[in-house]
Amino acid sequence: MAKVLMKGNEALAEAAIDAGCRYFFGYPITPQNEIPQYLAKRLPEVGGVFVQAESEIAAINMVYGAAGAGARVMTSSSGPGISLKQEGITYMAGAELPCVIVNIQRGGPGLGGIQPAQSDYFQAVKGGGHGDYRLLVLAPATVQEMVDLMEKAFDLADEYRNPVMILGDGILGQMMEPVEFSEEKETLRQEKPWATTGAKGRNPNIINSLFLDPAELEKHNHHLQQKYDRMSKEVLWESYQTNDAELILVGYGTSARIAKAVVDQARAQGIKAGLFRPISLFPFPKVALQEACKKAECVLTVEMSMGQLVEDIRYNLEFKVPVHLYGRVGGMVPGTRAVLEEVKRLVNSGKAGKNP
Amino acid sequence: MITVFDRPEALTSAKTHYCPGCTHGIIHRLVAEVIDELGVREETIGVSPVGCSVLAYNYFNLDMQQAAHGRAPAVATGIKRVHPQKIVFTYQGDGDLAAIGTAEIVHAAARGEKITTIFVNNAIYGMTGGQMAPTTLLKQVSMTSPQGRDAAPQGYPIRVSEMLATLDGPAYIARVSVHTPQEVSEAKKAIKTAFKFQMAGIGFTLVEILSTCPTNWGCTPKESLRWLVDNMIPVYPLGVKKMAEGVNV
Repeated sequence: MAKVLMKGNEALAEAAIDAGCRYFFGYPITPQNEIPQYLAKRLPEVGGVFVQAESEIAAINMVYGAAGAGARVMTSSSGPGISLKQEGITYMAGAELPCVIVNIQRGGPGLGGIQPAQSDYFQAVKGGGHGDYRLLVLAPATVQEMVDLMEKAFDLADEYRNPVMILGDGILGQMMEPVEFSEEKETLRQEKPWATTGAKGRNPNIINSLFLDPAELEKHNHHLQQKYDRMSKEVLWESYQTNDAELILVGYGTSARIAKAVVDQARAQGIKAGLFRPISLFPFPKVALQEACKKAECVLTVEMSMGQLVEDIRYNLEFKVPVHLYGRVGGMVPGTRAVLEEVKRLVNSGKAGKNP
Repeated sequence: MITVFDRPEALTSAKTHYCPGCTHGIIHRLVAEVIDELGVREETIGVSPVGCSVLAYNYFNLDMQQAAHGRAPAVATGIKRVHPQKIVFTYQGDGDLAAIGTAEIVHAAARGEKITTIFVNNAIYGMTGGQMAPTTLLKQVSMTSPQGRDAAPQGYPIRVSEMLATLDGPAYIARVSVHTPQEVSEAKKAIKTAFKFQMAGIGFTLVEILSTCPTNWGCTPKESLRWLVDNMIPVYPLGVKKMAEGVNV
């Protein structure tokens, strides 16, 4: 298929159609509005359903109902709206319902702003709502990757009967890049014998997250945890120039693109820098990170937050390598010059590599 | 031997957890009888709420989804949009529907979602132990209105059926009660009419059913029925609040 120039949000929406998603329930919020707007036009063309709900809470509960009825279904939002959706997300995790949730991040806390951020990392990878649960979290860095991961997300959701989050940001959502959609791809079509479709010739199916017996609820939690452990084989990452790197930059999404440019600039100045980019944020590619950092004397995370990813990098490197943070927030984006300065500062202070 | 009375197929044999004298059991049975009589048990998907009837999924012999507090109409919307040919109903209490779930019920009604809501109004939060509900009457004593509900700080009871009847989306809205055999019979008729309107694809349908809560009202089951007649019906008058055309009842 030929490449087309598309905005990230619209490419995500088209990729969802490609993946067989026919139901969208959402509520307007900047900077993700192109997703519902695109699907409001596109879904009826393919026999699908678009509903603009009265709130994000209603939208995610419509997703719950549709997922429980056996459909491929999604919603999208940004920070404040994702916070409202947490109720429905934890219910879906508890009731083991598959769906895809897109968060095109903006600055917080509170109403924050409408410019890009990565400050919903903890909310995305640690569960987000109440109770012990996890989402599969995928973080694209290009519009093409938004398409590829969106198609993968629905398969993962069905395979694990679990919500999957695509964690983007305002830059990825708004920017245009050439993308290629896969030819009529054979998506994984799981039978859903557990779905509520009417109890015709079988015992009733029940979609539920309530376990009043504590022993039963503990058993359910163990079952969920085993599932989250099984997800570890789904790790995705990119290592760039890490083989001999003495300083590793780590970032995901937009920040990783900036960090990658910094790696090239640092190498041009004789600094052995590399990039590790987690693509799956849960499960986290721990082994790959450790491998990438095996010669590193120091690690620098680049993120659009006050330091969230940095905590997981320290944890996953088991505190064996010093990990520093370069963070910009509120819709401010790290610049390559400033990140390169930080790299040089670490090198010159003897914290990383040799002074070239 | 001739069977003159039996459990509807749409009910399971599970023993319910409802308190003695509570009318949830009657209402469950009426819904199940209607489903059986319409022959749609295998085509029906129910949504249970949070509140006293949270475990309704154990009692209805149907595909069921359990919804977050107040969100049953949103969950039902999701189900119905995926399966427009199936029958989808929510079963909700007054705390669930008229407080935390106000937005969901109003907008499901406004969209004209082709679902049926069974709204059980007993003027109190039963499951959490008798707190004031949005439907609690003025002067009614509850755990959180111990001096009796006073309009000045606590506002007025909400008449859900009348409020929703002002919208264009609903096809059928009625308030009934189950305090006498005659009223039980009227209630069943209303439930059946609502299901028929849904099956005809005409619009949103809701049957509000006045119900007793002897445990939290602090009276005997018999006194509760009397209290409902004397106090609830004057504030919540029975009758059809809205009925579209297109269904023979």
